[in-house]
Amino acid sequence: MKTLKDVPVGKCAVVVKLNGEGPVRRRIMDMGITKGVEIYVRKVAPLGDPMELDLRGYALSLRKADAEMIEVE
Amino acid sequence: MDIKIALAGNPNSGKTTLFNHLTGSNQYVGNWPGVTVEKKEGRLKGHKDVVIQDLPGIYSLSPYSPEEVVTRTYLVNEHPDAILNIVDGTNIERNLYLTTQLIELGHPVVVAVNMIDLVRKAGDEIDLEKLGRALGCVVMEISALKGEGCAEAAAKAVELARNHSHGEMPHVFNGSVEHALAHIEESIEGKVLGNYLRWYAIKMFERDENVRAELGLDAELLEHLEKHIADCERELDDDAESIIADQRYRYITDIVGRAVKKKRAKHGLTLSGKIDRIVTNRILALPIFAGVMYLMYAIAMGSYPFSIGTMGTDWANDVLFGQWVPTFFDGILTTLGVSGWLYGLIMDGILAGVGAVLGFVPQILVLSLLLSVLEDIGYMARVAFIMDRILRKFGLSGKSIIPMLVATGCGVPGILASRTIETERDRKITVMTTGFIPCGAKMPIIGLFAGAVFDNSPLVALSAFLIGIAAVVVSGVILKKFKALAGDAAPFVMELPAYHLPSVRNVARTTLERGWDFVKRATTIVLLSSIVLWFLQSYGFQNGVFGVVEDNNYSLLATMGKMIAWIFYPLGWMGDMAWKAAVATVTGLIAKEEVVMTFGTLYNYAGELSETGDEIWGLVARDFGPLRAYSFMIFNLLCAPCFAAMGAIRREMNSGKWTAFAIGYMCVFAYAIAMVVYQIGGLISGTAPFSVWTVVAIVVLAALVWLVFRKGYKAGKVNRLDGVGAGK
Repeated sequence: MKTLKDVPVGKCAVVVKLNGEGPVRRRIMDMGITKGVEIYVRKVAPLGDPMELDLRGYALSLRKADAEMIEVE
Repeated sequence: MDIKIALAGNPNSGKTTLFNHLTGSNQYVGNWPGVTVEKKEGRLKGHKDVVIQDLPGIYSLSPYSPEEVVTRTYLVNEHPDAILNIVDGTNIERNLYLTTQLIELGHPVVVAVNMIDLVRKAGDEIDLEKLGRALGCVVMEISALKGEGCAEAAAKAVELARNHSHGEMPHVFNGSVEHALAHIEESIEGKVLGNYLRWYAIKMFERDENVRAELGLDAELLEHLEKHIADCERELDDDAESIIADQRYRYITDIVGRAVKKKRAKHGLTLSGKIDRIVTNRILALPIFAGVMYLMYAIAMGSYPFSIGTMGTDWANDVLFGQWVPTFFDGILTTLGVSGWLYGLIMDGILAGVGAVLGFVPQILVLSLLLSVLEDIGYMARVAFIMDRILRKFGLSGKSIIPMLVATGCGVPGILASRTIETERDRKITVMTTGFIPCGAKMPIIGLFAGAVFDNSPLVALSAFLIGIAAVVVSGVILKKFKALAGDAAPFVMELPAYHLPSVRNVARTTLERGWDFVKRATTIVLLSSIVLWFLQSYGFQNGVFGVVEDNNYSLLATMGKMIAWIFYPLGWMGDMAWKAAVATVTGLIAKEEVVMTFGTLYNYAGELSETGDEIWGLVARDFGPLRAYSFMIFNLLCAPCFAAMGAIRREMNSGKWTAFAIGYMCVFAYAIAMVVYQIGGLISGTAPFSVWTVVAIVVLAALVWLVFRKGYKAGKVNRLDGVGAGK
């Protein structure tokens, strides 16, 4: 199982499934991370966390711990 | 009847700019009941009967953050006549997600596509008519920053409100979902107002707790609906909440694909992306951040040729409150021939006290100005992005770094800057710990003791800063372990908004609001306490007679100081210095500059005291000694901040209980640290003999260590998102 956390900087991935539950999961979906959306990993913060993502034409930052909830291919 | 227009939109969509443009100076600012979410309303310029209600910036109408709940409650219970939905044209896909939810409420909706100038510049095209037809509402283009199209969009909303006309609801969901929704609609029809039917049905489908509780359907009906929802979930192999979010975004992607022509290639770099290549660069990010902060501090508080804040404050202290105002009042009071005590009260009590605080206004204004520029252009989100990793470790948010840095200048704007922190728990901890940072007004205290007792060693100031930072870190760790403030799981799902030019109007407004706040406090609480202090300082019992005392060792203040001095005995405050130190600590609550001034008066120095009071160094050195001086310094650096900062804490906490807890915590923490330093330091150096207090100090130290390293309360599943949708 590959998660968004494992996607290297500069690569794209397509969301397959969102694990987890509750508000955080809903929040991630509200921000546009839903099934089938393409996410480009732009960079990782200087200290290694969080990550900066490009999706739906805007930039989103997400901790690696949360990115682990997102299955991709 | 007034017409109510609700202004809704995502954070960073330019909503504040539009609101300011539409209402001008005609605004009322308050708080939504029960939460620290700012509530703003104003009258539309040129339409006296139209009220614009600014709603918090949010991404969705989920039931999890206070901002979202406030917005939902308002939209459903207050029945606005129309919704003006501002949408960032450069980020239209995610912005329309909220739009589709707003439309479902059944109010007339006008969608204002903002930043249209930037859209055009990027070579993109948005077919407004096509978009409007797909969404079932009016879509217009505006540029809030340039004022383009704003009045027209508002006028359209007013027109729709007057006619109560709303379009047909778009068909966002597919067959099986619509089927389940139809069943739900049928079951709850009559229980809710007609226009809200679809909204309630969708929320029921999502199993929204708030809506379920509100409707209070009987168990049998609920079970019947549950069956339909479960059927649909089985068919689509997903949970209801995801199905709705999924299909909503699919629908939007589809209409955006038809109505918006994008010129830029996918993953091509925008201007913001190019800026971020440097600003959040792996190597450069931290040095750039340090540089920006240093520059901000230098301009506002430094002593460089370009430090306009300091120039202003120097002028205010030396010229305005040093010469002009006293001369002016001296003239008036002398002409009127007022009695000696009234002259003393006004000149020495009120003017000196209020002047000392008002003198800070120029520095506060400059700092607020620079801060709001950094906020407005979008740099603050980058700072949070860079710093999150470190601050998480101490239980703080990435955004807590800003208040801390500002507080090295002055705690008041520092505490107010905590407003940009997203989760409420992090905000509370930040508010409680920001006061530990040594502010500009605490510098003279450090200067006094460094000079008098420690031979002007720069290590004293350095240690003061390190103790302040350590206090923040240790407190962050300790507080995070209490149930009320616990929760590592707070998410960090944050948009990095595109950089844009600051709006002069927004920046000016924020700056003046903060400055005015400061002035208001200076002229109320500081004024009052100055009068009380002056009275206590000048009157007392001498030879059994109450009256003005020449030697203020007989003043009421001295009497009270002697009465409370025992409290500080475990900190090593004993002998002659004890009551003086107690009094200085109390006056320090008015403003920390008062501490040195008070020592001046108490040591009977008659002339004008320099800032660090070098005239009384000899006397202080004789009375204090190094360990006592250090214990006094630590206590005064860490204990309750000045009244102005306490007012700021009150404002940000929006709760008397939390304010009391914050101030109580600071005092207890300061007391514990000062005691440990004095008793254990004294034992090691041989200046304080072993006593029962030594034991107490060791116990306190052990307790502190335990508080830091204990396991603490672990928050399980997070049930709320405290204010994650908060805009600026």
